[in-house]
Amino acid sequence: MTRSRLWKDFYKNRFLLALTMPMVFYAFVISYLPMFGSIVAFKRYQYNKGILGSDWIGFENFRFLVESPDLRRIVRNTLGYNSIFIISGLVASVTVALLMYELTSRRLLKLYQSVMFFPHFLSWVVVAYMAYALLNPRSGMLNQWLTALGWEGPVDWYNHAMSWIGIIPTANLWKQIGMSAIIYYAALVGIDSTYYEAARIDGANKLQIVWRISVPFLFPLMTILTILAIGHIFSADFGLFYQLPMGSPTLFSTTDVIDTYIFRALINLGNVGMSSAAGLLKSVLGFVLVVGTNAIVRKYNSENSLF
Amino acid sequence: MVGAKQSRLAQLAIHLFFIGLSVVFIVPLWLIVAISLSDEADLVVHGYKLIPMTWDLTAYLYIFDSPMTIVNAYKVTMIISFVGTLLSVLMTSMCAYALSRADFKYKRFITFYLFFTMLFSGGLVPYYMLMTRYLHLQDTYAALIIPLLGPIFYIFLMRTFFQQLPESLVESAKIDGAGELRIYFTLIFPLSKPVFATVGLLQLLAYWNSWDSALLFINKHELYPLQYLLQVMIRNIQEILANMQNSMAITDLAQVGKLPTESMRMAMCVLAIGPMLFVFPFFQKYFAKGLTVGAVKG
Repeated sequence: MTRSRLWKDFYKNRFLLALTMPMVFYAFVISYLPMFGSIVAFKRYQYNKGILGSDWIGFENFRFLVESPDLRRIVRNTLGYNSIFIISGLVASVTVALLMYELTSRRLLKLYQSVMFFPHFLSWVVVAYMAYALLNPRSGMLNQWLTALGWEGPVDWYNHAMSWIGIIPTANLWKQIGMSAIIYYAALVGIDSTYYEAARIDGANKLQIVWRISVPFLFPLMTILTILAIGHIFSADFGLFYQLPMGSPTLFSTTDVIDTYIFRALINLGNVGMSSAAGLLKSVLGFVLVVGTNAIVRKYNSENSLF
Repeated sequence: MVGAKQSRLAQLAIHLFFIGLSVVFIVPLWLIVAISLSDEADLVVHGYKLIPMTWDLTAYLYIFDSPMTIVNAYKVTMIISFVGTLLSVLMTSMCAYALSRADFKYKRFITFYLFFTMLFSGGLVPYYMLMTRYLHLQDTYAALIIPLLGPIFYIFLMRTFFQQLPESLVESAKIDGAGELRIYFTLIFPLSKPVFATVGLLQLLAYWNSWDSALLFINKHELYPLQYLLQVMIRNIQEILANMQNSMAITDLAQVGKLPTESMRMAMCVLAIGPMLFVFPFFQKYFAKGLTVGAVKG
């Protein structure tokens, strides 16, 4: 490869290259500089010295993180909730999609789909308002309903950690199911109708048809979406876990996840060491998992792998 | 006959299931509206009700009496949404077009360079320090626009679309002597309206709903976007009220603790989500499409 050859390539591609430049520059500043900046996790950060000037301390920050009781809690919560989300989301959205497919009225189907889809357009801030309207201990609906059913005394939801194990997955399902059900529904619509006709002629009943034809057809999509979700099991939805509990410290035991911890350690506590160590740990684990799960998907069905 | 009757029963059961589900989806939204239209005294004494005991517009009247806070938040949100969406669609589509061209020499390298940022990130701390200490973007519009400007995933979505355009188009334009930039703007752009609409709407929604950048980088009240204003309000309504005190009526009421804080808070929320709930459902199909187009390899 001579210099003139390199120059010729560059000259020939200069306009297309120019089209990519804004994005290349943007990615360099916003993504690559912070990647190099993550060395701060191995330093004793001092504000006046900056990232480059602070002293190296090796794995000290990670040692503090591993020894603190927080790590177990945030990893447990992140993995636990994401596992619940994956399973509940899968079961609920496939069930809803199968039921949608059975509906004969197109107009009502569209209506139901729209109603279940609108939470997708709301931010978690707005969902937090809705949760507050239900959970406000003094005036909220939930306590009124429970009292009407004969429950004893109002529950102080924003100080009652255990109940959030149910509240968080419910809110997540409420916001996401419209979208994921539509994805599965689209896959069902794509099934060749001759399979159903053949089954009906052979005398199969409705349940058998669903179980023997629809579900097996959805199975590849279910597998792939689940594996891809497992790839992201270390990243929690910051909006959900930050907005809904409204920062109530008594709820940390059941609502604090890796992402909220990183945020709080940096912004509220100013603990750069802990925050950056947790952040880097999350990035590395996430990278390994995404690449790993993608390799599995590619082996299983290369058309659906991410890369 | 028996089969027909059975299937009609089954249909009824499924409809009942979906009607029940729809109620679960609508009640929280309705509850916000109902509280905002309730008399504050009723709320304090009897709690929230799905149907207000006394219909009352006071909360809205107070907000419109000194509307600067919400008008300003709307202004900020609209500026970041429109400027951000425009810039980001331009930037991502230009890049996507170059990457869609089979004869682009640096295609593989740039694809990998961009794709890698989806796999590995530096994390919050270095990103926060970059934005605040090195770029000095606290309390600027740029801090609200830049973080969402370059969604890599959409570049691959657009590239896939561009690849489906017939190659002969570009060839013949080249023979006619058109330059690459001209081909992109006068030929590719008009042909690709559906994908621009999809990505544009997805970005518009992302900007409209964003609050995390404000949480990290904004302290000035004048730069609060709508969603962040809502977040601050639900946690600390006093802060917002203090900001509204250029109106005498509000100041007086706040002093005697008579301000309808509960209903006002929910009225603010209604005013913030109202327009969006009217607009976005019309574009539902674009959102579903954006999510189902998956693969980024090539």
